[in-house]
Amino acid sequence: MVNIYIDGIKYQAEEGKNLLDYCLSVGLDIPYFCFHPAMGSVGACRLCAVKMYKDENDTRGKIIMSCVQPVQDGMIISIEDPEVKHFRAQVIESLMNNHPHDCPICDEGGECHLQDMTVMTGHVYRRNRFKKRTYRNQYLGPFINHEMNRCIQCYRCTRFYREYAGGYDLDVFGIHSRVFFGRHQDGMLENEFSGNLVEVCPTGVFTDKTLKKHYTRKWDLSTAPSICEHCSLGCNTIPGERYGKLRRIRNRYNYDVNGYFLCDRGRFGYEYVNRETRIKKIKARFGAELQDTTEDEILDKITNAFEKGKTLGIGSARASVEANYALNKLVGAENFYAGISGKDHQILRNYLDILRNYPVNVPSMKETEEADYVLVLGEDITHSAPRLALSLRQTLMKKAMDEAARVSIPRWLDHAVREFYQDGKAPMTTITPYNTKLDDVASKSLRLNPHDTVKFGFLLANRINNDAPAVKDYPGEWDEWLDQLAKALINAKKPLIVSGWGNGLEEMLKAAANITQALNGEERKAGLFYALPEANSMGLGLLEGNDLSGIMETGDAPENLIILENDLYRHFDKVQADKFFNQFKNILLIDHTETNTTDHASFVLPSGVTAESSGTFINTEGRAQRFYKAYIPEAPVMDSWRWLGRIENHLKKTGGQWNSLDECLAELVKGYTVFKPLTELAPPSGFRINGEKVARAPHRYTGRTSMHAHKNVHEQKPPQDEDAPMSFTMEGYNGTPPSSLVSHYWKPGWNSVQALNKYQQEVGGPMHDGDPGKRVIEPTDNPKQQYFKVPVFETKTEAGELYLTPVPHIFGSGEMSSLSAAIREATPEPYVLIHPNVAGQNDLNEDDVAIVRANGKEWKLKVKTDDKMADDVAGITTGFRQSYIVELPLKGNIEKQEKK
Amino acid sequence: MLSEQEKKEIAEELEHLPRKTAGGLEALRVVQKYRSWISDEAVSDISEYLGMSETQIDGLASFYNLIYRKPVGRHVILFCDSISCWIKNADNLQEQLGKHLGIKPGETTSDDRFTLIPVACLGACDKAPVMMIDDDLHVNLTEEKIKEILEQYK
Repeated sequence: MVNIYIDGIKYQAEEGKNLLDYCLSVGLDIPYFCFHPAMGSVGACRLCAVKMYKDENDTRGKIIMSCVQPVQDGMIISIEDPEVKHFRAQVIESLMNNHPHDCPICDEGGECHLQDMTVMTGHVYRRNRFKKRTYRNQYLGPFINHEMNRCIQCYRCTRFYREYAGGYDLDVFGIHSRVFFGRHQDGMLENEFSGNLVEVCPTGVFTDKTLKKHYTRKWDLSTAPSICEHCSLGCNTIPGERYGKLRRIRNRYNYDVNGYFLCDRGRFGYEYVNRETRIKKIKARFGAELQDTTEDEILDKITNAFEKGKTLGIGSARASVEANYALNKLVGAENFYAGISGKDHQILRNYLDILRNYPVNVPSMKETEEADYVLVLGEDITHSAPRLALSLRQTLMKKAMDEAARVSIPRWLDHAVREFYQDGKAPMTTITPYNTKLDDVASKSLRLNPHDTVKFGFLLANRINNDAPAVKDYPGEWDEWLDQLAKALINAKKPLIVSGWGNGLEEMLKAAANITQALNGEERKAGLFYALPEANSMGLGLLEGNDLSGIMETGDAPENLIILENDLYRHFDKVQADKFFNQFKNILLIDHTETNTTDHASFVLPSGVTAESSGTFINTEGRAQRFYKAYIPEAPVMDSWRWLGRIENHLKKTGGQWNSLDECLAELVKGYTVFKPLTELAPPSGFRINGEKVARAPHRYTGRTSMHAHKNVHEQKPPQDEDAPMSFTMEGYNGTPPSSLVSHYWKPGWNSVQALNKYQQEVGGPMHDGDPGKRVIEPTDNPKQQYFKVPVFETKTEAGELYLTPVPHIFGSGEMSSLSAAIREATPEPYVLIHPNVAGQNDLNEDDVAIVRANGKEWKLKVKTDDKMADDVAGITTGFRQSYIVELPLKGNIEKQEKK
Repeated sequence: MLSEQEKKEIAEELEHLPRKTAGGLEALRVVQKYRSWISDEAVSDISEYLGMSETQIDGLASFYNLIYRKPVGRHVILFCDSISCWIKNADNLQEQLGKHLGIKPGETTSDDRFTLIPVACLGACDKAPVMMIDDDLHVNLTEEKIKEILEQYK
């Protein structure tokens, strides 16, 4: 720590840190554009100018850019000096020469960093008499709207898109006064993280196209802290609502999890919430028809039907812990089934076994960025757990920073670091059957079929540590790769093994676990990051539901069935699922969206989506995270756990009638000690600040007194939320609440998302009171290594036979997101991915229709080829609306569809 | 598709460079030499050859004033408009030249014979005003002299 003097006041700062970052961290307002906490400094915009003085006798000083200035001992600077203030105003004036004053029709208006900075510098009058330059805007796909005239050339977009996210199709064109940020030609932005441009761009060049369809200003949105429901990583989000419609999803900063960024599925996958496929009414079956009915009536009907006979409950990996618990309690643990396929059940059980009993280190997403060697084993992470891929990509920058530090380049001096490292690669090896997006940063990529990848994994564990079980019989050319990779991992201080659900192989998880065990030692604990499929897969796993596949096969089912937020057709073969449903006399379904399962229900209760519910998801690393309602959905839609509580109360005349989430949680932790941290995730609903609840709506929310005037001219009583210490209006506490209750970033002078600086301990660091969320399961300290046994490897495939491996897709494989309009536009047709050699042998060309046969079934799929993939594999898109294809991985054949 | 000759010349340039992706500008120059300008197709061809995205190549191409992203005439006139030439009446001469050819700066004559492009300096200030047509420098220009010079380029 050294002393520095800012406008005559002494501060203690860390030497070498960048001056802008430091000043913002201690709450001083220096305007800036191009600096971004996650991306460092480039010194492009010249706005963050301050004065620096040689010593106390220096009265003139010199103007420097604070974002590229390291903090030095005894440094004297001024932010308020009139000359430097004038300088900053002039920078804005010149940037504004070409900026259209179209704020009233600009989607960024009201949360625009350029507006904030203009006001902050004090620039008011335009002196330039000349015409503004104008551009033609481009079509950039269903997610992003382009309005180039607003650009102020800060280069944040290309720095994020190209350098941080690894995109190749957004760049800067032209020179000096005619610089254009866009694509070579109109077309959809190809990178999976393009949506972050909306928040990265300091003005309205890149805005949310899905929001445009039902546009609402930031100040008119009711928002709440929420969790993304579209994969297992648990990114923190801020859904925003007005007039009962979900309008948009924004990133909610969580240092440990998603930081500043979301993937496009998470950001744009929300549109299904407003669709006609939503279940919004209570329904009961009369003959073939489902008809609307009332709550009282259906509770009586359910009681009559379910009083007699045994009831089976099927939980869900996309429903909250509370909802699954409520079902578990209602039907009894022995009748509670996890509702996932046998294969997924096995993977989940093994994963929990590893976490509980094996000495592994499960890093947070933030910690994965710090890894100094990463092995991606058999998984296309970009498509199965997208946000993680963005974190893994940053291991490149970590390595570059380490290398650049050796020649004294500060870590935050982004451009210099990148120039120094040039085309250097990340410390990463990817082993996958086909080309993946992470290959472009990986130092090595191996193409192996999934079964060989498993074998390779077990071999690698043995190569690293002799205690790990050995594998005989493998191709000789692997020796060199094994030695290289073993050496790289052994030399690493923080090695990390990454895999996930997408490959569908239980043995892949075991192989990954063995590698981490082999690496573990006194001085090093290897990381294992395994991505489960759904938002609450982990929570479901911890409730220890039974394996549904057993009862599916035996057909030994009781009379009644309750299904919680689950479409069994996504987990089981159609014939099997049909047969299963037909055995039951009464089927009660609680869900928010129509699925194939809805057709079998005799009773349907409408539940809220994540943005309409309160509850907890546990992410794949075991981090429990609370989400709250952004708005109260129109009755009778409500939380699944509330429905189940009411049914229990009605059916058993005792218990279950929880008035609030706190009451439900209190009962939950009594039964399951593992969930104890769930009660500590956020303050209880009785929590108040200065006697007030925390306001969901910002202080500038408009129209509250008249928004229901078409129904009733009297102002309605604001809805109450029993689950959260938050109000639904702007009344309430509007300062900085505990981080678990932060639903918007807004500070005086800072209307844009950059107000976030004021909610953090230091810029880019943890939230002011630590980040929300708590691990419920920590890997054991038991240092004794354990290994999984080597599986029996199947014999080679027969002639013409291929390994059919699942191909998850960020746009298309997500159950709910694939109903959303923008996501559907970005979703490819289901396809089979094969090597050109395989295509040639079967007389197939790109875009032909192929018939894939396996296990007595066949699928017709469009052909895509990849000349870098393994030639004994066919990748098949799974989870797509047109056909889920739940059976993979399998072995099968491919042939051309003959034209009729 | 790049022609064999284009490929050969780009490959020669690449030999002097540390990596393929550093060869974008050289490739653009080679292709422009043969095709007179860089079309979208040329951007595609180069990006494929160098293993870079079209966007990356286009970013590079559009940065340089003398890489033409629009068709040019058979001969390109680079007319200096920087300070020394300006003192020596260059702005007047450029206007006359434009009138003579019937085009404004940045335009091409209807017979595709000439494209007129103003340029910041040609490094021959002592002989101002100057212009360059294709690879030839013409100095100490006057209105009459310009007309004579133009006749050499058909």
